[in-house]
Amino acid sequence: MTVLLDPTSERSPTSRPRLPRPEGLDGLTIGILDIAKSRGDVFLRRLGERLGERGIAVRHYAKPTNTRPAPLPLAQRIATEVDLVIEGLSD
Amino acid sequence: MSELPRDGLVAVVKRDCPTCVLTAPVLGELARRAGITVYTQDDPSFPDTVPGPVDDLGLDISHRLAIEIVPTLIRLDAGHEVDRTYGWDRAEWERVAGIAGLGIDLPRSRPGCGAKNVEPGIIERLKIRFNETGLVSRRIAIGNDEDEYEAMYARGWSDGLPLVPPTEERVLRMLDGTSRDPREVLGLVPPDLAPATVEKIAINAVMAGCKPEQLPVVLAAVEAVLEESFAMHGVLATTMFVGPVVVVNGPIRRQIGMNAKGNALGQGNRANGAIGRALQLVIRNIGGGRPQEVDRATLGNPGKWTYCFAEDEEGSSWEPLSVERGIAPGKSAVTVFAGFGLQGVVDRKSRTPESLARSFAESLKTLFNVKSAPPCDAMLVVCPEHHRTFREAGWTKARLYEELYKLCEIPGEELVAGAKGIAEGGSASRIGTMVNKFRPGGLMIVRAGGDAGMFSGIIGGWSSSGPRGSVPITKEVKR
Repeated sequence: MTVLLDPTSERSPTSRPRLPRPEGLDGLTIGILDIAKSRGDVFLRRLGERLGERGIAVRHYAKPTNTRPAPLPLAQRIATEVDLVIEGLSD
Repeated sequence: MSELPRDGLVAVVKRDCPTCVLTAPVLGELARRAGITVYTQDDPSFPDTVPGPVDDLGLDISHRLAIEIVPTLIRLDAGHEVDRTYGWDRAEWERVAGIAGLGIDLPRSRPGCGAKNVEPGIIERLKIRFNETGLVSRRIAIGNDEDEYEAMYARGWSDGLPLVPPTEERVLRMLDGTSRDPREVLGLVPPDLAPATVEKIAINAVMAGCKPEQLPVVLAAVEAVLEESFAMHGVLATTMFVGPVVVVNGPIRRQIGMNAKGNALGQGNRANGAIGRALQLVIRNIGGGRPQEVDRATLGNPGKWTYCFAEDEEGSSWEPLSVERGIAPGKSAVTVFAGFGLQGVVDRKSRTPESLARSFAESLKTLFNVKSAPPCDAMLVVCPEHHRTFREAGWTKARLYEELYKLCEIPGEELVAGAKGIAEGGSASRIGTMVNKFRPGGLMIVRAGGDAGMFSGIIGGWSSSGPRGSVPITKEVKR
């Protein structure tokens, strides 16, 4: 997929297609990102356990606060270490 | 997918580097004595002196560690870097490793090699992957089954010709052409009055086919047309023919390969073509100025695709246009003029400046309509063979301006409506007066063209030339 930069003043909407989904999870490493919403850690830990039971490699990450985007070093670490990410968006 | 250790020694190497090959035994020694993780940039089997070098062919780890030279040796403590050295220097390696007597068979020191992750073309890709570009423009993903050239047409970005796709890599490389901040706003582009950031201009320059070193000229041209007194909104919206004509002076002309010689106003030179086109794309895409919308031109003119050339300063006895307009000699500058078309002045017989000046003046007096005065400003492009006649007679450019202005005085009787059997014309109050074809300062003279041919040219202007409409603007080119 080619990504272009918009040459206009961006006054008209554009649609952003989603990345293609993987056909399966075998052989992939899944990142689980806890964005620091309350009890998200409980849910995501259990999700990680269930994936682990299926033999899927899982890595856990946590944002310091849900009020800001993930710090760039954390985002870069995740991009380097895993193939796809699950994150909880609410509590 | 790999992750960095939190503690201990890390090295980044490539087989292609002789210094890395030289230090392979030392890396083996460190693996045995202290443990080390070695990342390899080009060959997963290198170095075979350590157990399991880690494949970093994707260069993710190298980029995150900001490696510039290989080999680089780093010590980590609790996830943080605490020390690093690069190249081979025994004392430095011993200090970082905390081990004495390393590589005693090797020379004391040897410089390293450039790391793969900072090579041109690769560094841009890594910055994009790791979201470090600093580019703020909206990303538009073109589907795999979509033709990107057609997608750009479909979005209305094109002037009618194919565009270079403005990928993040290309825009990053374009921005290398200037030291200006990509977020700097050069002005508001009409008709939408949208901010022209250096980044948005760079995107349009990519699409137009510019090279990075040409970007400073595009930026200066955009700055110039956005000066209030250039009246870019009116130049765009008028039913008349005009668009911005860009004349480039100074050393940058030759540095970026512009054409001031044969066919200077024609096709075939990338810099001339792409710079003028980029300016028009900025108006179209950032400003939203499109034909049959706010651009109300009746006919327009082919120069609205691109109209940009360099003055032929070498061998001229006249001061360059930019110097005449207040820029220091030796500096690069652009002058923008709301102009259109090219009217040839063919004179093969004049051998005196007086005769040639009369030829120029009589041709200039036909602009718009022989009954019209003053119709507009004009730019006179004097070819080298015509210039020679003035040079040999010792006529300065100031002298030619003065003589042309005098020769463009017209008896009012010739200009009134109905005179010469033409309904077009001014009111009877002109009878008994002398009227000049041009406002004072309404003529500009530049020198350009091939060495052979007694063919100069007149670029006409806009009926709203001058302070009530558009005045030419000159801007220095900043790198």
